[in-house]
Order: sequence, then structure tokens, then C-alpha cells
Amino acid sequence: MPCKRTALSLALAGLMSATLAQAGEVEVLHWWTSGGEAKAAAELKATMQKQGHTWKDFAVAGGAGDSAMTVLKSRVVSGNAPAAAQIKGPSIQEWAREGVLANMDTVAKANKWDDLLPVVIADGLKYKGSYVAAPVNVHRVNWLWVNPEAFKKANAKLPTTWDEFFAAAEALKKAGVIPVAHGGQNWQDFTTFEAVVLGVGGADFYKKAFVQLDAGTLKSPTMGKVLETFKKVKSYTDKNAPGRDWNLATAMVIKGEAGMQIMGDWAKGEFLAAGKAPGKDFACVAAPGTAKSYTYNVDSFALFKLKDPANQKAQQDLAAAIMSPEFQEVFNLNKGSIPVRTGMKLDKFDDCAKTSAADFIASAKGGTLVPSIAHGMAVPSAIEGAMKDVVSQYWNDDKMTPAAAMDKLVAAAKTK
Amino acid sequence: MAPSSARLAAWMPKLVLAPSFVLALLFIYGLMAWNGYLSLSASRLLPNYEFVGFDQYVTLFDSERWWVALKNLGIFGGLFIFFGMAIGLLLAILLDQKIRAEGVLRTIYLYPMALSFIVTGTAWKWILNPGLGLEKLVNDWGFAGFQFDWLINPDRAIYTVVIAGVWQSAGFVMALFLAGLRGIDDSILKAAQIDGASLPRIYWRIIIPSLRPVFFSTLMVLSHLAIKSFDLVMALTAGGPGFATDVPATFMYTMAFTRGQIGLGAASATVMLATVAAIVVPYLYSELRAKK
Repeated sequence: MPCKRTALSLALAGLMSATLAQAGEVEVLHWWTSGGEAKAAAELKATMQKQGHTWKDFAVAGGAGDSAMTVLKSRVVSGNAPAAAQIKGPSIQEWAREGVLANMDTVAKANKWDDLLPVVIADGLKYKGSYVAAPVNVHRVNWLWVNPEAFKKANAKLPTTWDEFFAAAEALKKAGVIPVAHGGQNWQDFTTFEAVVLGVGGADFYKKAFVQLDAGTLKSPTMGKVLETFKKVKSYTDKNAPGRDWNLATAMVIKGEAGMQIMGDWAKGEFLAAGKAPGKDFACVAAPGTAKSYTYNVDSFALFKLKDPANQKAQQDLAAAIMSPEFQEVFNLNKGSIPVRTGMKLDKFDDCAKTSAADFIASAKGGTLVPSIAHGMAVPSAIEGAMKDVVSQYWNDDKMTPAAAMDKLVAAAKTK
Repeated sequence: MAPSSARLAAWMPKLVLAPSFVLALLFIYGLMAWNGYLSLSASRLLPNYEFVGFDQYVTLFDSERWWVALKNLGIFGGLFIFFGMAIGLLLAILLDQKIRAEGVLRTIYLYPMALSFIVTGTAWKWILNPGLGLEKLVNDWGFAGFQFDWLINPDRAIYTVVIAGVWQSAGFVMALFLAGLRGIDDSILKAAQIDGASLPRIYWRIIIPSLRPVFFSTLMVLSHLAIKSFDLVMALTAGGPGFATDVPATFMYTMAFTRGQIGLGAASATVMLATVAAIVVPYLYSELRAKK
């Protein structure tokens, strides 16, 4: 009798502790606080809560995540890292080098991540061969967003090369429309610059110059041509561009004040939120000369080492949930990007997203899938920052020659 | 009983101040020392204690952006202090003329100081924007040729920071000088008037020289505001077209927190500290020596 009671109570205790052990807490640091982004983040929270875990939101506003990164540093140094933080690109490896990221190989193998992700993207999520981050989406950066009505008014044609771009810009200017909507912030300057690099130089030139940081390529005549083309784009922007936020520039295209904007596919979210229909009220074309290339920006969550086993389990569930087809579909429908998980049905996505997904696979096969430098995918933040300084300086200073800019780019590439 | 309570009374002030003293020692001077060590270390993303000597300082002074920041600090600091004091002094002298609505006017002039630098920066960003603010307003009034695009001009943008900064602090300087003016002995002024001195002469020769202590304290306050100015620059120009309006404070923040170059940021912070110390220490020394 006593044995039976002891056994029963032990069994009950075991059952209770099992269910308690299931409910872990995930604290997630992100900066998705604007409309579509916040809805997308709420989807992940709902998924976690359905699995019985608690979601502790840790949203720190600020478009490029500067404030969030500062807060993250202080949390990590004090030994109290969150379960996951929105970190992407080489920063993942920088953090992993500090020894604070958790190994996600069990989850990755169980869910076949290596089969579902293009190699170049999977490598960006690994440190010394093990997964330390989970990817959420793929943004294409080399898009040109166009207002078809403005083009009709100016009798201009959608450009596919940089020469056609300038012809269209001239026509728009004559019709009284600002040809290119631009925001004068250094990441926007560089987004335009990398589109020119890709369009004028091609994917191999882009990789050699800005991923491998080869000094010979950075000082080549092609780079000179790139810089001249880049400066020419400035003459088609309006003079109030300095300091303007990207979404205000998109608003100019939406309202028909401007004809084109070179921006990533998050601009699509602005068009959709304003009730515009793709194909009718706005058109998406690849940035001039880059139809066969794809500049990617993959948002991901880096997963930190945790001490509590319940939270570790919750963290692994989070990683699995991030790569699950349901989450990938819902999140990306709300954010305007496409799922990073390949092989998914894209019926619910609009035409721009379908084109993006098709080009993603094609460019991965063709070796023209390149990381975006402007969005921190290609090189560590110190080098990226120094290069952005040079490019923005060149954009704003009329007295700087392409030769001087090239010398500065070479020096910036050496930043430690 | 008496000697021990007397001893206690002697020790009491030290005892009461001890916690604040210890906290200040730890969190101000201790952290300054830590920052100084970080500037000699190879810290990048997170603090790292490997000693590398003056490498970070060499990198710092090799950086073009740092020299732009220092130059901007010189221009901004110099003009901000000069115009802040000149306008503040002028307003104080005018308000001192025993006018009717002195209380109201004083409050109005002092109001900008109650605003955060972020609010000032944002408001002036809108006012100085060529497409939205002053230039558009004057153009709409009919003066089509009017141009005021300093905000977007890399060479002139730093002067817009001066405008916003002086607007904010002039009232505060005015209040300091007004207090100083009110403290001047009337009998000297009356004697001067009997001797036939004109009003401007009285101001120039008697009143302003006797305001020397106020000049010094205003200089201290304004120079510390100028060296520290981060939120004003961030709100107004976010570093300006490119990095044309970068100042050491924004440089330090960008390097240390955005670019994972904590060592470089610490080095720039130490240089800023040295600049402040170079102004404050001689002043303190002269003041303390004067007291003796």
C-alpha cells in the first residue's frame, strides 16, 4: 500500500513537473514596431503562445536597430541575454565569436534546414559549421518602384538599363515630376549605390569589390564609371532629400510627386498600406541592369545561450517555429518579404513577391545572389560604416572626384 | 559624554556625505578610468581587455570623420558660446532697464530652456527645411529668390546647429546675467552718473567688468553644453548631409554602439574628457588659488 501511494504521488509529481518544464519563457528583442512589421511580429508571439510558452516582448524602436543593439550589448555584458535577438549578417558571426550564441544544430537537423536554405544563406547563419541563428525572411533590395501614372504623363518607358533610367528621368523632369525620390540618410545613399554597382559592374564585380574587399577592384576604371553614374542619379533627386526617411520618399512616389524610388521590397508594404494595387497603381521592376541578380537582406534571430533548461526548450521551439511553413507564410504576407524557406506554395503572395521568389531561386543557382552591404549582410559593421561614410560624403560633396572616393573606399575597406 | 558627542558632531558631515562620495568615486571616476582602459584595449563588439597601447588613438586621429567632428566642435562651440553670451547679455541689459512687463518677458525668454534639445532640434529641422519651412514661407510671400538652404548644405549645416543651440540657451544666459546685474551696487552707478558718464560708458567700463564671475560661470555652463551636445545634433541633422555636422559626441556613439568599435569610441570619449578638463581644471585652480 505505501509503495503504491508513493508510486502514485511520484508519478503525479513527474507529470506536473513535465508540464511545468514545457512552459518556458522566450524573451525576444526586435525593432519591428511599425504597422506591417508589428503585425508580423505578433504572429510569432501567437505561435509561441499556442505551444504553451510565454512570450516576453522586448521591442526597442528605431528603424535600423541601433538602439536595440546598444541595449542588447548591455544585457549580454551583464550576463542576462534575451533568448533571441534580431541580428543579421556578419554580426551573427561577430557575436558568435564572443561565445554567447547557442548551438541550434539539433533543431536544424530535425527540421532539415540545410535542405531548405540556399547554401550562401545557410552559411551566413552558421559559426564554425553550426547553426546559431534562424532566418525569418528574404528581402530583395535591388528593386525600382515606379508610379505608372507619372510615367504615362511623361511618356516615359520603364527602364531596364541605366541609360534607359536616365532617359526616363529626363522625361519625368520635363513633365514636372521629381524623377527619383530619395532620402538623404547614409544607408539609403548606399542602397542606391549598391544598385548602381550591381547594374553597371555585375554580380562578380560586386562580390569582388564589396564582399572580398579587393583593393584592385575598388580602384578599377569600372568603379570610376560606377561612381560617375551614381553621382548622375543625384541630379534627378530633389534638393530636400537630406535627412528624409525612406517611407516619406516612398510616399512621394505613392502620391505621384516622384516617379521612381530605388528601395528594397519593404517599400511594397507602404504601397499596400496606402491601398495601392501592384501592377495597377505601382510597378516593381528590378533596379536597372540587375534583372538577373538578386541583392538579399535576410532578417534572422540569433539565439543566445540560456541557463534555464525550460527556457532552452522554449528557445528551440522558437527556432523551429521561425522556420515552419505556417509562420513563414503568415509573417511574410504581413511584412512584404518572401519566405526564406524554399519550396513553399506562394499562392497568397502578390506578383512582385512571386517574381522575387522565382529570381531568388534562379540567382542562387546562377551565382548572382549577393548580400546587401547597405543592410549589413556583407561585411562587419565597422567596415560597412566606414564605406557608408565615404559614399555619403561623395554623394553630398560636389568637389570630391571619383578618384578621391576610390582611395577613401580602399582605406575604409581596411577598417578594423 | 561631551567629548564623544563633540567628536561625533565633527564626524557627522563626513559620515552623511560618505555614501554619495563613494558612489561618485565608483560610478563617475571609476567608470572614467574603465573607459580610459578600454581606449587602450582592442575592444570591438564587446569590452575586451587586451592591451594595445595607443593604437586606437592612432586610428582615431587618422580618421577623417574625427577631424571633421573636432572642427565642427570648434566652430559650433565657439559660435554657440560667443553668440549665447552676447545675446544673453544684451537681453539682460535691456530687461534691466526697469521696464513694465519685465516678469512676462523674462519668462518668455527663459522658456526655450525648458524644452528638451530633441524638441528644439526637431522643430528647427522643420523650420529650416527649404521645402517646408522658412524658405518656402518667404517664397510663398512673394520673394521668389529667397534661399535659406543651410540645413542641407554640407558646408553650412553646422551653423544651423548654432542657431538652434543659441535660441535654446540665450534665455538661460540672460537669466544668469540678470541676476548678476541685479547684484551690482547702486552707489557706484550713481557716482558714475554724477561724474557725467553716459549710459553706454557706464555699462562698458563699470558694469560688465564687475560681472566677471558671471562670465566665468556662464562660460563653464555653455562650454559643457557645447561639448556634450549630442541630442541637438541628432535631432536636427542626424550628423548632417553625410557626416558634415558630426560632433565628437555623435562620433563616439556611432563608433562605440553602432559599429562595434568600442575601443575607438572610448578613445574619442577620453579625448572629449581631456578637452573638458583642459577648460575646467585651470579655472578651478585659479578660483581655489584666489580663495586662499
